[in-house]
Amino acid sequence: MNMQTTSRLTAAETALVEAFGAQIGELPGNGAVIGTRDRLLDELKKAGLPTRRIEAWHYTDLKNLMRSVPDAAQVSAIDPIAPLVEGSKVLSILQGEADAKAAVDGVEIELFKDRLADGSAAAGLTALDKDDAIGRINGSFVRDGYALTVPADTELDAPIELQALHAAGQVHTRFPVSFGAASKATIIERHRSVTEGAALVSSISDITLEDGADITWIILQQQAAEDTHLGQIRVKLGTKAKLRLFVINAGGKLVRQELRIDVVGEGAELMLRGVNLLGAESHTDVTLVLGHNVPHTNSTEIIRNVVFDRANGVFQGMIRVAPDAQKTDAKMSCNTLLLTDDGGFSAKPELEIFADDVVCGHGATVADIESSHLFYLMARGVPEKKARAMLVNAFVAEIVEELEEEKLVEALEGVISAWLEKHA
Amino acid sequence: MLEIKNLHARIAEDGTEIIRGLNLTVKAGEIAAIMGPNGSGKSTLSYILSGRQDYEVTEGDILYNGESILELDPAERASKGIFLAFQYPLEIPGVATMQFLKVAMNEQRKARGEAELTTPDFMRRVKDAAEKLKIDQAMLRRPLNVGFSGGEKKRAEILQMALLEPKLCILDETDSGLDIDALKIVADGVNALKSPDRATIVITHYQRLLDYIVPDTVHVLYKGQIIRSGDKALALELEENGYADIIGEAA
Repeated sequence: MNMQTTSRLTAAETALVEAFGAQIGELPGNGAVIGTRDRLLDELKKAGLPTRRIEAWHYTDLKNLMRSVPDAAQVSAIDPIAPLVEGSKVLSILQGEADAKAAVDGVEIELFKDRLADGSAAAGLTALDKDDAIGRINGSFVRDGYALTVPADTELDAPIELQALHAAGQVHTRFPVSFGAASKATIIERHRSVTEGAALVSSISDITLEDGADITWIILQQQAAEDTHLGQIRVKLGTKAKLRLFVINAGGKLVRQELRIDVVGEGAELMLRGVNLLGAESHTDVTLVLGHNVPHTNSTEIIRNVVFDRANGVFQGMIRVAPDAQKTDAKMSCNTLLLTDDGGFSAKPELEIFADDVVCGHGATVADIESSHLFYLMARGVPEKKARAMLVNAFVAEIVEELEEEKLVEALEGVISAWLEKHA
Repeated sequence: MLEIKNLHARIAEDGTEIIRGLNLTVKAGEIAAIMGPNGSGKSTLSYILSGRQDYEVTEGDILYNGESILELDPAERASKGIFLAFQYPLEIPGVATMQFLKVAMNEQRKARGEAELTTPDFMRRVKDAAEKLKIDQAMLRRPLNVGFSGGEKKRAEILQMALLEPKLCILDETDSGLDIDALKIVADGVNALKSPDRATIVITHYQRLLDYIVPDTVHVLYKGQIIRSGDKALALELEENGYADIIGEAA
């Protein structure tokens, strides 16, 4: 491949280019896929990792924050863990490799590496725009994942857990999922490190909701303290489709979760909820680009952040309402509990509205724990530390409760209180 | 049980003095009413007794069972048996009422070196106390005070008081916002807790509540001092003549 560079590469950029060179022969894919990978890597090399001068990355200067890239190490066997919600069907991806024997009743499952091998995955390996570093990195390096098809009118009686576990090294996974008309399902996309060694993870889920599909999708990120996690979910919402998308960040050192959502069918509904639990010296970015592209659709977005230590968080929420998307109803809010003087949170809501008959609003708050609430709990004998923990927990638990599926709510509340117990 | 000696206190933020040389003694078994016009320092006194940090004591002392409690935080005071029923109980979204009750009861027990309650024991106690106060179970399943009516909030306060079994109960304007039926339920709840080793301070603006919770002593608070003390006849006198006469005498 062409090693001539137009600008000086950073150590991390050089490592990515070298890793690609070292793996090119063994990455799965037919000619079309290999050609696509090569083009994406070339684009990445030319553009470099994005800096703060790129608007979409202004608060997450990837070039500066991603100083190195761990080697794509071979790792000894990793054992699956118990699912988040008891009774879920678990589809394991261990160190980036899917399980060829995985099966779920009523769902068509293909291994993504097979789609790479036969070339059917090539068209999907894209960068969504000129600044889509995650699309480029994942498209260049992706090895495996699951492609799921939930047929029309299918209602899954148990959640499916996409259980992505890894140790140190590099992991690049992909989950194309198609939900047929009027299907109903809950998917838990769970990313978790089983060791402390540094890892680079990229993962993209491409999901399509056909007309009337009713889906709950949970992204639970629990990476280790040195990990970089680059996630992206690409969503298309059809007519009267309903998506509850929950993103929970409870780990990682450098995290970017991009939510690229297009509402393309009338009557569609999106409920986005995000919980960012931020501690140590981590940097976590949730970036939403939501297009309301047709009339009569609605969405609500609530992001709750808790910041400890020297952690930094970012929420960018862009809502675009297309010229003919009349009667759009969109409400976005981002609330932060800042429990430290050394950390921070940046919220950047943006509304681009080209239609004239819409209801769109946004709001952002940053606050400490309400002292009157603290007094109330302490006046009942709850010691200060415990009272604070209860109030922090309440701040985020409030939106988890909106999920309404009791077992799921309990499990996520468990994740949150365990995190808070460790960090608060 | 409670001895307040020459207490001076101010708002921490701006230094405004609210309590100006207050003396008060409340014995075990006693129900003491504190009455006074708006702005006399009644609610401030209740906050200072329970340890709210928005106020600073600049002089004097508060002795509880012979020991100063000024250095104790609100949780420590609570576990020693001091309970404030709030005038305006706060809504705390995201904190489940049952979980809150359980944590509060068990933290107090832990602080006193007692064993934690088992879940069935806890459930039984809550059920019994709730029935007496006509609090239905649906209310207990909601987040703490969220969406409760004014009367429900006051009953929830008395429920907490019944469960926590404090030694010194401070009721801050518990009658405000209650209709007569709700007032009776709340008063019954308070009276049920009357015992020789428990003292109650009833802070109120009006005499009405004292028809139902009959005080042993009545104290008039004005400009941060007790300007007159007496028995329940004093409350009736206030009801007839208002505060003006007494304030005039004291001035």
